[in-house]
Amino acid sequence: MKPKLVVKNGLVADPLAGKSKVQDIVVENGRIAAVAPGLGEGDPGGRGQEPGPDLIVIDASGKVVLPGLIDAHTHLREPGQEHKEDIASGTAAAAVGGFTTVAAMPNTDPVIDTRAGVEFVLKRAAEAGRVNVLPLGAVTKGQKGAELAEMGDMAEAGAVAFSDDGRPVTGSELMRCALEYVKMLGRPIISHCEDVDLVNEGVMHQGYWSTVLGLRGVPAAAEEVAVARDVILAGLTGSRLHLTHLSTAGSMALLRWAKDRGFPVTADVTPHHLALTDEAVRTLDYDTDTKVNPPLRASEDVEALREAVRSGLVDLIATDHAPHHFDDKDVEYNYAASGISGLETAVAVVVTCLVREGFLDWVGLARMMSLAPARLFGLESKGTLKVGADADLTIIDPEAEWTVDPAAFASKGRNTPFKGMRLRGRVTETIVGGRVVLLGGKLV
Amino acid sequence: MPLNRKDVLTLEDMSVEEMTLILDTADSLKEILGRDIKKVPTLRGRSVMTLFYEPSTRTRTSFEMAGKYMSADTANIATTTSAVVKGETLKDTAWTVEAMGIDCIVMRHPIAGAPHFLARICQASIINAGDGMHEHPTQGLLDMFSIRERKGTLRALKVAIVGDILHSRVARSNIWGLTKMGADVWVTGPSTLMPPGIERTGVRTTFRVEEAIEGADVVMVLRLQLERQKKGLFPSIREYSRLFGVTRERLALAKQDFILMHPGPMNRGVEIASDVADSEYSLITDQVTNGVAVRMAVLYLLLGGGPEGSAQAEGGGEKR
Repeated sequence: MKPKLVVKNGLVADPLAGKSKVQDIVVENGRIAAVAPGLGEGDPGGRGQEPGPDLIVIDASGKVVLPGLIDAHTHLREPGQEHKEDIASGTAAAAVGGFTTVAAMPNTDPVIDTRAGVEFVLKRAAEAGRVNVLPLGAVTKGQKGAELAEMGDMAEAGAVAFSDDGRPVTGSELMRCALEYVKMLGRPIISHCEDVDLVNEGVMHQGYWSTVLGLRGVPAAAEEVAVARDVILAGLTGSRLHLTHLSTAGSMALLRWAKDRGFPVTADVTPHHLALTDEAVRTLDYDTDTKVNPPLRASEDVEALREAVRSGLVDLIATDHAPHHFDDKDVEYNYAASGISGLETAVAVVVTCLVREGFLDWVGLARMMSLAPARLFGLESKGTLKVGADADLTIIDPEAEWTVDPAAFASKGRNTPFKGMRLRGRVTETIVGGRVVLLGGKLV
Repeated sequence: MPLNRKDVLTLEDMSVEEMTLILDTADSLKEILGRDIKKVPTLRGRSVMTLFYEPSTRTRTSFEMAGKYMSADTANIATTTSAVVKGETLKDTAWTVEAMGIDCIVMRHPIAGAPHFLARICQASIINAGDGMHEHPTQGLLDMFSIRERKGTLRALKVAIVGDILHSRVARSNIWGLTKMGADVWVTGPSTLMPPGIERTGVRTTFRVEEAIEGADVVMVLRLQLERQKKGLFPSIREYSRLFGVTRERLALAKQDFILMHPGPMNRGVEIASDVADSEYSLITDQVTNGVAVRMAVLYLLLGGGPEGSAQAEGGGEKR
């Protein structure tokens, strides 16, 4: 039997309750057993129990307690690219970053496009994972965009959604079929919106800074054309579509258009697109850690994304954690791999750029980083702190100030443009199913 | 006074004072090129390596000659005959070069920012001899030098840059340099070859080549890479030439004493008509000579600013 756990005096923000207040939480058998003020006073465990092997007490005074964060977009790189990340290191990074569950993108080597692949990820997660891992399956075989993958079989094996992330499903008819097909599975398609023809070998956002820096630009339209097609197809099919890593003001307008028509569409944005502009490529002097797909955008886009967070237009924040090996980035800009190692900075970036700037409160953060992804994947017992829910908790010190040091990352991927930056807000405890995996900011 | 910097990567980050220092130094060094014995000991014991990842005639050779005229030891790596073809990374190539005791690496590379990467990882001075579509600072400097030599100043001159602005590192370096020096810079070319936001750099834009050339003191024609046509950026060489080709008729709109420039290599009959390229207005061969003088100045100011004294003093001592 697992020890009982009491989290005392934290500011508990439950997005289902829609409010935050100072409460104690009692966890038993991996589930939330009680949430109320003053439960931990004097006799924290009740029935005369003292802290010890059977009772863990965490004092969360001055801290914020959230339902465990869920990352809807993580690259764990296993199988096949273990030099960049593996399930052990990726889930360790998740624990450090306060994520109790991560959805693993299927663009591994081989691509997760069969039941066997899904089962492999689940098996490795059970053996080596510090947090929950939700496998995602490919939409098309080998993510080649030619034939549908066996999504029914993968769904039965435990795939929670389907995505060809890293590349778009180029054929519009194939995308339409994929959307029709997943309707019977009750699973969403997660779309990486990109018109490859318009990208045209671009490596950064097309605008003033690409002109100054002489790097080939990716127009905002390369994303927006694909967003427009996909939301129209979601309207046509009535199927669940989730748009990932949207990055432009135009995409926000298209998302508004689709939602106003009642199309079954949700979307996420990443912490880096909410925090940084294309000027970072200049400020960091062509540092390849600024190279990401979609690229860091113009300041008008960043403003539109933040406003979409404030208004609730955009549903969730996902990291697009994309760890790469040092050698993959230590080359000329055009040759460098795209992606940012994001799990360990996500909370602090969101706290620094959104919570402290008044775009988001703690309940909103819990909604966007826990409840909404739980609903996306159909996880009824996650995303909330109500009694009976899974005891996945994230505890944040909202005032802690720290400097991002990639060398100290648990992830193998040290590729972050936030390196050296001072951020506010740090995850101190991560609790997965009642088990403490991060305590005092240290992996247990 | 030496340049107070390790590398020369862009004119965007170079001050008016620094650019003026380079141009003034080039002025005094140019005289060496007219001597019978073109050799001064200024950079004796210093070593310069050219590392070119793209083909080049004038830039690579003029850096090499600039170094040799000042007694630097020079060597060249052409990537087609080096370990680069075996897959050696830029970092390893640079460190290999540096381990030979090279003081200065002059690099041309197809990717913007590659010299910045090199500058970060090397102790040696890095000179950008053209990086992708980004900058070609010594070309900008030699163009400014050539104009100043002819016109006496850069301030308030109308300079029209004509052609493929989007892909041109020569255009970018000239835009930064000339606008900082007070010139009135116009850029013109097909709308598909005009980069977004270019007016924020301080230039004026037009799609009518006549408007750019009208009253211009300087007409700078850019090379058109003919393969761009296949990518759909313009319909045909013929149409490009009709709309943007610099011809005698169009140049009649310029000031009477205008000067005509082209960084080379030219597509005669495409972006520039042969009769004007070879006319008395053309500064095209002067540009090449001045390229050597400007590159001598840059090398000297980066490498030679020691207690040995000024190039003028040493150069003067050698004078015959």
